[in-house]
Amino acid sequence: MDRKRIQWNTRTKILVYMVLALIYLAGILVWGLLMDPEAYAVDYSVKFLPPGAGHLFGTDFMGRDMLLRCVKGLSTSIVIGVIASVVSSFIALAAGVAAAVVGGKLDSFVNWCVDLCMGMPHLVLLLLISFMLGRGMKGVMVGVALTHWPELTRIVRAEVLQIRSEQYVQAAYRLGKSRMQVAREHILPHVLPVYLIGVILLFPHAIMHEASITFLGFGLSAEEPAIGVILSESMKHIATGKWWLALFPGIMLLAAIMLFDRIGEDLKRLWNPDSGNE
Amino acid sequence: MSRSRYIAGTVFRMLTLLAAVSVLSFVLVTSSPIDPLTAYIGTNSTLSQEARDEITEHWGLDDPPVERFTAWAGNFLKGDWGTSIAFKKPVKTVIKERFSYSVVLMLIAWTFSGVLGFLAGIFAAVRKGSLWDKAIKVFCLALQSAPTFWVGLLVLSLFAVQLGWFPIGLAAPMGKLAQDVTLEDRIWHLVLPSLTLGVLGISKITLYTRQKLIEIMDSGFILFAKARGEDTAQLVLRHGIRNIALPAVTVQFAAFSELFGGIALAESVFSYPGIGSALTTAGLSGDVPLLLGIAVFSAVFVFTGNLIANILYGLLDPRIKEGRADG
Repeated sequence: MDRKRIQWNTRTKILVYMVLALIYLAGILVWGLLMDPEAYAVDYSVKFLPPGAGHLFGTDFMGRDMLLRCVKGLSTSIVIGVIASVVSSFIALAAGVAAAVVGGKLDSFVNWCVDLCMGMPHLVLLLLISFMLGRGMKGVMVGVALTHWPELTRIVRAEVLQIRSEQYVQAAYRLGKSRMQVAREHILPHVLPVYLIGVILLFPHAIMHEASITFLGFGLSAEEPAIGVILSESMKHIATGKWWLALFPGIMLLAAIMLFDRIGEDLKRLWNPDSGNE
Repeated sequence: MSRSRYIAGTVFRMLTLLAAVSVLSFVLVTSSPIDPLTAYIGTNSTLSQEARDEITEHWGLDDPPVERFTAWAGNFLKGDWGTSIAFKKPVKTVIKERFSYSVVLMLIAWTFSGVLGFLAGIFAAVRKGSLWDKAIKVFCLALQSAPTFWVGLLVLSLFAVQLGWFPIGLAAPMGKLAQDVTLEDRIWHLVLPSLTLGVLGISKITLYTRQKLIEIMDSGFILFAKARGEDTAQLVLRHGIRNIALPAVTVQFAAFSELFGGIALAESVFSYPGIGSALTTAGLSGDVPLLLGIAVFSAVFVFTGNLIANILYGLLDPRIKEGRADG
């Protein structure tokens, strides 16, 4: 009796937590997307206000409200993160499954590509891609979307390899099913949980890289509200003690990254029968 | 015998990858719409069309890509890495100069994070489940998600601006002649950037050490050692550390890639004149030769880290040592 209640509690706690995290993230996304740019318009009469009642996060050097700019910027980041994760994860799924199912030359090739992508520091690769596309929004999007697949590919491949050696898969082959059939009917369903968790854990990386590359000046342009732009601007004013320009946007970014991370880790725990019923 | 074959195999694989990386970087950089000629002479230059054509001809900008690549790669192998547009110096000199600044920073941060992270990991694992353990874990998870440049900004704002303990940026006091810069000055300017970089590297090694030590402390031979009457300190020193120290070193070497990315961000925050800020400058000013040089250099850096990690692993793991694994 007692034990049953504890099981129920942990599971529910994780679920409640996840719902709250999702509400926060979705809230920022919707609020940011629907926000009228007028809301954080330039107003020189209120520049460099420290955080206070009127402006919770203070204002910047043009008197723009920092809270609203952050929300807008973060929602852009989330959109980029989602697109990047979707694209990267498709590449990873296709490459991982193909490598493991077909094997042989293709497998070595996929492994080689993974090593190639991981051979350069991630940031340098992002920077080169952004440079190729002439910097700007497109460069960040493509860069972030095309460089996050290697790790997930490795995970998917390892998982498929393990499933492939299972008895029932071997039996399916003996029964005359084609490779495609086996991949679709027997392997994909088992890889899906690992894959989905991998996709969610990809978000935080994508968002962080977007902010980093924008911070260095290769991403979104200075007029667009983005966390990287905001933090890069704050660098100019930090020497004069305008600490709030950096602190709050960073905390919001950190919160978003950590929440995504936690959602992924929690899902992993729930999905795994060994830890899901703790 | 098999050991040297293992190392030779790894080195060969890395060399082929390195060649591929340089091809990839070359393709990426040269297909950019940012015109190197415009980047060189500036957008509102009064240079005549003939002079432009001459430079284009001299640089071989109209040659087919394969020809351009072989020319570049050939010179690169011969030691001629081209001339940086932004710094007006040979790329090799720029990289050498800048890296001598960065390498100190990286070495300090890398050692600091490695040693401290390892100790913190052991401490957390020994006191598993305690308040300390939880605090270390939460701290590490938060750091793992924190963007490098943001942590740098906070460190800068707190220690340099609010408290005024350390200089705000650069590698030496402003306006001081190069020969007058003392070692003390250099160290003074290194503290904050290396603190930022070091703090960020800690979480990975701490969490790894903690996880591994907990696994080992749960294993049978530790139970047996306990039965023989060893106390916790003895268990950790005699059995724990021996099993986790080398994998932890390997992990630390494999983190070279993140270290390089981190240095680009940290140097940009602290305006530290290292290779990371040179990379940013090269990218922003359309300095193709320097960008290529640094890209290849960074790949070599990462490969060196991976190579050391692989060799360490191969030398220490008895299964690979005997040549049973496929490598």
